[in-house]
Amino acid sequence: MSEMVLNIISGIAYLILAPVIGGLLAGLDRKISARMQRRVGPPVLQPFYDFFKLWDKQPIAVNEAQRFYVFGFLLFVIISGLFFFTHGDILLVVFTLTMASVCFIVAAYSSNSPYSQVGAERELVQTMAYEPMLLLMALGFYLKCGSFSIDTILKAPSMNFIYMPGIFVGLSFILLIKFRKSPFDLSMSHEVHQELIRGVITEISGRTLAMIELAHWYENVFLLGFVYLFFAWSAPWSPALAVLMCLFTYFSDVLVDNCCSRVKWEQMLSSTWLVTLVAGFVNIMFLMYMR
Amino acid sequence: MSYIKKSPWLVHYDGSSCNGCDIEVLACLTPLYDVERFGIVNTGNPKHADIFLVTGGVNTQNLPVVKQIYEQMAEPKVVIAVGTCACSGGVFHDCYNMLGGMDKAIPVDVYVPGCAARPEAIIDGVVKGLAVLEEKQKALAVPVREKQALREKELEPEMAISKSQEAGK
Ligand code: SF4
Repeated sequence: MSEMVLNIISGIAYLILAPVIGGLLAGLDRKISARMQRRVGPPVLQPFYDFFKLWDKQPIAVNEAQRFYVFGFLLFVIISGLFFFTHGDILLVVFTLTMASVCFIVAAYSSNSPYSQVGAERELVQTMAYEPMLLLMALGFYLKCGSFSIDTILKAPSMNFIYMPGIFVGLSFILLIKFRKSPFDLSMSHEVHQELIRGVITEISGRTLAMIELAHWYENVFLLGFVYLFFAWSAPWSPALAVLMCLFTYFSDVLVDNCCSRVKWEQMLSSTWLVTLVAGFVNIMFLMYMR
Repeated sequence: MSYIKKSPWLVHYDGSSCNGCDIEVLACLTPLYDVERFGIVNTGNPKHADIFLVTGGVNTQNLPVVKQIYEQMAEPKVVIAVGTCACSGGVFHDCYNMLGGMDKAIPVDVYVPGCAARPEAIIDGVVKGLAVLEEKQKALAVPVREKQALREKELEPEMAISKSQEAGK
């Protein structure tokens, strides 16, 4: 019973705290990126300023449907995060996340702007690139812990990372896509001075754009939760290690972002699938036959 | 609390500039001037922008383009004309196809003179534009009915005069 209460509390904490943490991470990201380029950079709270500004802007919508789809995106991201933080089923989390990206892609397709169409196509290719790895990760946890339930995974007798380093490498690789970092920021880059690499949100402005930002923060936080699962086990001090590893993953992604140039979509697709196949699949084979 | 002053996103359009001013605008983004420390971001999308930064004057060919970009921007928005060309047509003012400064096409809020305008002057112009932006947002926040009441209050003396004139007739 008390476990259920705990799960509900962590779900509510996710609802309230995830945007705060996500926004702060985004702010730190911009600050650190600026320092890497020898700039002063914006204040750490800048993403929040941007968010509230967008919220106050005049609403312009190309059509009613778009706002609905974007809202669907936000909703499904929140729901998949809730499944995660209430210690639900990891497979369910992955599928709901797919639902969210479907909403996002449809939102981009719903306008006639050529930039938006190209952006939607690119987003679709990105989804194709990362989806296999997410499924392999869920499978890996199942093989290691004997259950898809996050509760069981967190209570594993030993560190999951030791048995699934390949899957972790694969996940870190596709997290670059999900965090929208170079070299894979093809559809919604943080660098906003170009049209094509911001294609998905060309026709989205004001409050609707603010919703996308919010969804992005929620998403980032629970994606880092996946990293957490690799480093948390039944040892009482392991959560601290896991949180540290989450931060480390995030900031190494920032470093990669600043070191790499953007690749073409073919290269993105082939490299992610190659990593998925080599690192992920071999790891799965090991889990299946060696254990 | 108005957040628009803390996160002005700008879209830059090159009218018929000689590129001198454009390079100075881009110089503002370099580590030396780094306008991102004020939250300023150079977007390529008028729908996301709050500030329209134009360089160069307006001619018959770019007139519809300038107007379209301006119309696509969401309120509140300000226009900053950077460089002498954008202010008045500058060295090109005599050309057969030139219509003049940017204010011949769209309402300009801040003029930044100079040929080319220095990055410091451009940043200064943007900061001036922020004050205008905040004022516009405040004006937008007032509901229409209140605006009408304010306007009637302003017009009260004139109304009284016209009434007394009518009575005089
Ligand atoms: S003001 Fe001078 S530098 Fe700027 S666009 Fe005109 S001619 Fe070029």
